[in-house]
Amino acid sequence: MDTAITLNHYLYFSGALFAIGLAGVLIRRNLIVIFMCLELMLSAAAITLVAFSRFHPENGQPDYDGHVFLFFIITVAAAEVAVGLAIIVALFRARETTDVSRIDSMKF
Amino acid sequence: MEISTLAWLLLLLPLAVAAIILLGLQRSAGTSALLATGSAIATFVIAFAVSRFPGAEVSALPWIHIGELHIDIGLRVDKLSGGMMLIVTGIGALVHLFSLGYMREDPGKARYFGGLSLFMFSMTGIVLSDNFVMMFVFWELVGVSSYLLIGHWYKKDSAADAANKAFLTNRIGDFGFMIGILLVWILTGSISFSGIEEALGGGATPALLDLAVICIFCGAIGKSAQVPLHVWLPDAMEGPTPVSALIHAATMVAAGVFMLARVSFLIDAAELAATFIVWTGAITALFAALMAISQNDIKRVLAYSTLSQLGYMIMAQGIAGGSDAGMFHLYTHAFFKALLFLGAGAVIHACHHEQDIWKMGGLRERMPNTFYAFAAGTAALIAVPGTSGFFSKEEILHAAHDQHLTIPWLIGLFVAFLTSFYMTRLFVVTFLGKARSEEAGHAKEVETLMWIPLAILGVLALISAYFPVSKLLFSATSYAHLPKFDLTLLGSLVALVAGVGLGFVLYRGRESDPLNIPVFAKRFYIDEIYRELINVFQDAVARFCDFLDKYVVDPVTARLPAFSSLAAGSILRGFQAGNIQAYVFLFGLSVVLLLLLVIL
Amino acid sequence: MTLFFYLFAALALIGGIGVVAYRNPVTSAFSMIVSFLGIAALFILLNAYLVGILQILVYAGAIMVLFLFIIMLLDVKEEQGKTYPVIAITGASVVVIGFLSLVVTALKRSQVGSIGLPRLSDAEGAPTDVQEIGIRLFSEYWFPVQVVGLLLLTATVGVVVLSQKELR
Repeated sequence: MDTAITLNHYLYFSGALFAIGLAGVLIRRNLIVIFMCLELMLSAAAITLVAFSRFHPENGQPDYDGHVFLFFIITVAAAEVAVGLAIIVALFRARETTDVSRIDSMKF
Repeated sequence: MEISTLAWLLLLLPLAVAAIILLGLQRSAGTSALLATGSAIATFVIAFAVSRFPGAEVSALPWIHIGELHIDIGLRVDKLSGGMMLIVTGIGALVHLFSLGYMREDPGKARYFGGLSLFMFSMTGIVLSDNFVMMFVFWELVGVSSYLLIGHWYKKDSAADAANKAFLTNRIGDFGFMIGILLVWILTGSISFSGIEEALGGGATPALLDLAVICIFCGAIGKSAQVPLHVWLPDAMEGPTPVSALIHAATMVAAGVFMLARVSFLIDAAELAATFIVWTGAITALFAALMAISQNDIKRVLAYSTLSQLGYMIMAQGIAGGSDAGMFHLYTHAFFKALLFLGAGAVIHACHHEQDIWKMGGLRERMPNTFYAFAAGTAALIAVPGTSGFFSKEEILHAAHDQHLTIPWLIGLFVAFLTSFYMTRLFVVTFLGKARSEEAGHAKEVETLMWIPLAILGVLALISAYFPVSKLLFSATSYAHLPKFDLTLLGSLVALVAGVGLGFVLYRGRESDPLNIPVFAKRFYIDEIYRELINVFQDAVARFCDFLDKYVVDPVTARLPAFSSLAAGSILRGFQAGNIQAYVFLFGLSVVLLLLLVIL
Repeated sequence: MTLFFYLFAALALIGGIGVVAYRNPVTSAFSMIVSFLGIAALFILLNAYLVGILQILVYAGAIMVLFLFIIMLLDVKEEQGKTYPVIAITGASVVVIGFLSLVVTALKRSQVGSIGLPRLSDAEGAPTDVQEIGIRLFSEYWFPVQVVGLLLLTATVGVVVLSQKELR
C-alpha cells in the first residue's frame, strides 16, 4: 500500500471505537446493552495501550510493560462485569425492568 | 467674699436645693417648701450684693476647646444681668412665699418646690451666662422646668397636654435659635457675647447677619410666645397660679426679651432683622389684645395680656435705641403682672378654684386687700399716669415715634386702648357688683402669707419707676420725668380714657357678656389651623414611608433574595434527574470541555 | 500489512456500530463478539500475541458468554417500537462529535503519532512475549498480581451476596 501504517492510524481507530461506545451508552435504553458498550470503550482504550507499547520498543522488543498492564485490565474488566451483572440482576428483581428511563427514583 | 464666688453661689444654690428636694425630700413636703423659700430669699440677698458691682470679673470654667472653638462656662455680671437678677430673685422669693399658702394642701408640694428651685437655677443661668452656647443650654433647662411645672397636676389630661404643647412649641423656636447661633459663630468666629461684640466692632456687617439674627430671634419667638408660636402660653395656665405668675408673666417669657437685649449690638447691625422684630412684636401685641377681649377665664385674660405686653417689649427691642426702654417695660411689667396673677390666684383660691369671671363678682367687699392690690396692678397695666407702667409704655411709644415708625406707633396706641378696655372689663366683672355664684358669695380674704406679697408687689408696681427703686434696678437715676406734652402723650391719654370709659359703660352691672365676637373668642382659630396642618403633614410623611416600605425596601431586601434563591435552586435541581444517561451526558460534556481547554 | 489493518479495523468498527444499532440484545451481543474478534486480530497485528489470545479467551469467551447468560436469564425483550427520543440523539451527537473533533485536532497538531512501525529484532533466541510477560508478572509486578487475586476474591464474594433472594 502507499501509506504506511503509523501510530496515528491506530489512535484514530481507537478514538472512533471509543466514540461509538460512548454513543451507545447515551442512546440505548437497555441496561445490559449499555454495559456492553461500556466494555467496548474499555477495549478501545486497550488498543491505544498496545499500540503505544508496540511503537516505542526497547531493545528491539515491544515494551512489554504495556502488555502486563493490559493483562491486569482484562482481569479487572472481568471482575467488574461479574459484579455489574449481579447488580443488574438484583435491580431487575426489584423493578421488573431493565429500562433505564424507568429507573429514576434517585430524582430530587 | 469675692464677687466671683458670690456669683457662682447665686447660680448653684438653687440647683443644690432642687437636687436635695427632688432626690431626697420627696416625702417631707413642709421641709422642702421651707428649704426652697429660704434659698429664694437668700439668692435675692446675694443678687442684691452682686448687682452693686457691675462689670466685675468672674472666673470662667473652660469646657470645650476644639480647634478654634472655645466654649466656657462663665458668668457675666453687668448692668443688664444685675437688674434682671434682682427681678428674678425678688419676684421669685415673693412667689415662693405666696406658694407656701396657696399650695398648702397640695399632695405634690415637695415636687412643686423642687421644680421651682430648678427653674430658679435655670433662669439664673440664662441671665448670667456669658456666651450663646451656655445660654442655649439653660434656655432648654428653663423649658424643662416650665414643662414640669405646667404639668404639675399631671393626672389632669389638659395639664399634661398643655405641658407637651409648651415644650414642643418652644422646641420649634429653639431649632431656629440653634441655627442662628451657628450662623453667628460662622460669621464672627466666636460664641461669647463679648467676643461677638468685638468682632462686629470693626463696622463691617457680614452679609448673612440679617438671617442669623432672624434665626436667633426664632428662639425668642418661641420662648416669649410671639405670633405664630404664641399658642402655648394660654394653655400654660393649666399650671398652678404662682407658677403662672413667676414663669409666664415675669421671668421665663421675658427671657426672650432679655436675650435680645443681651445682643442688641447684633440687632443694631442688622436692619432687616430689626424691622422683622418690630413688626412681629407689633402684630403679637395687636392680636393678643383682640383675643383678650373675649376671654372669660380670669387667668386667660391675664395670659393674653402678657402676650400683648410681650409684644410691646419685643417691638422695643427691634427699634434702634429702644432696647433700654424694652428692658424697663420688662421690669415694670414683671412687678404688676406678677401682682395681677397672684391676685387672681388669691381670688381663685377664695372662690374654691372657680376661674370663670362671670361666676364671680362682689369681691370688693369680701376681699378688700386683694381688691386694692389688684387695683394697683390694673392701674399700672393700663398706664395710668404716674404709675410705673405709664412711664415704661411711654418710653416705648416715644422710641417708636422718634424712629418714624408710624404704623407700629399707631398699633401701640390702639393696643393701649384695648388694654384699658379689657382690663376694665375684667376688674368690673370680677370685683364690682353683686356676687353671681355661691362660691363668690362665701369668699373671704386670703391668709396673711398670701396677701403680704400682694401688698409688696402693689407698692412696687406703683413706684418702681421712681428713685430709689429705679436706681437699684437700673443703676440710673429715676426714669420718671415730667413727660413732654406731645402727640404720644395725647394719644395714650385718649386711649386710656376711652378704654376705661367703654369698659365701664359696657360691663357695669351685667350678668353676662354683651359682646360676643367668635373670631376673638376662638383665638382666630389658630389652634385648629395648626392641628389640621400637622395632621396633613404627618399623614403625608407616614404614607410616603409606607409606600417606600412596601414597594422599595420590602421587595429589595426581602423578596428579591428569596426569589433569586428559589429560582437558582429550581434550576440547579433540574440537573438531578435520576436518569443515568443524563449524568453520563453531563460527564461526557464536561470532559470534552476540559479537553477543549487543554488543547486550545 | 496495511490491508489487514484496514480489514480488521473495519470489522471492529462495524461490530461496534452493530452493538449500538440492533434492537435485539442477543444480536447486540453477537455483534460485540465480532467486534472483539477484530480487536484481537489487531492485537496480533501489533505482535501482542498473548494479549490477543487473552482477548478472545477472556473477553469474547467468558465475559460475553456471561452477558448472554444474563440476557437469557432476564428474558430481555427487544426494545419495543419507539424510536429513540430526540433529546438523547442530540445529546449523544453533541458529545460524540465534540470528542471526535478533539481527537482529530489533537492528533493533527502533535507529532506523537507520526512514527512508522519500528523494526523488531528477529534474533532467534529472543524470548517470546509470553515469556517476557510471565517474567515481569512474577518479578516486577508480583504485588499487583496478588492484589488482583484479592480483587477477584472480593468480586466473587460480592456476586454471591448480591444474588441472594433477600438481602440480609
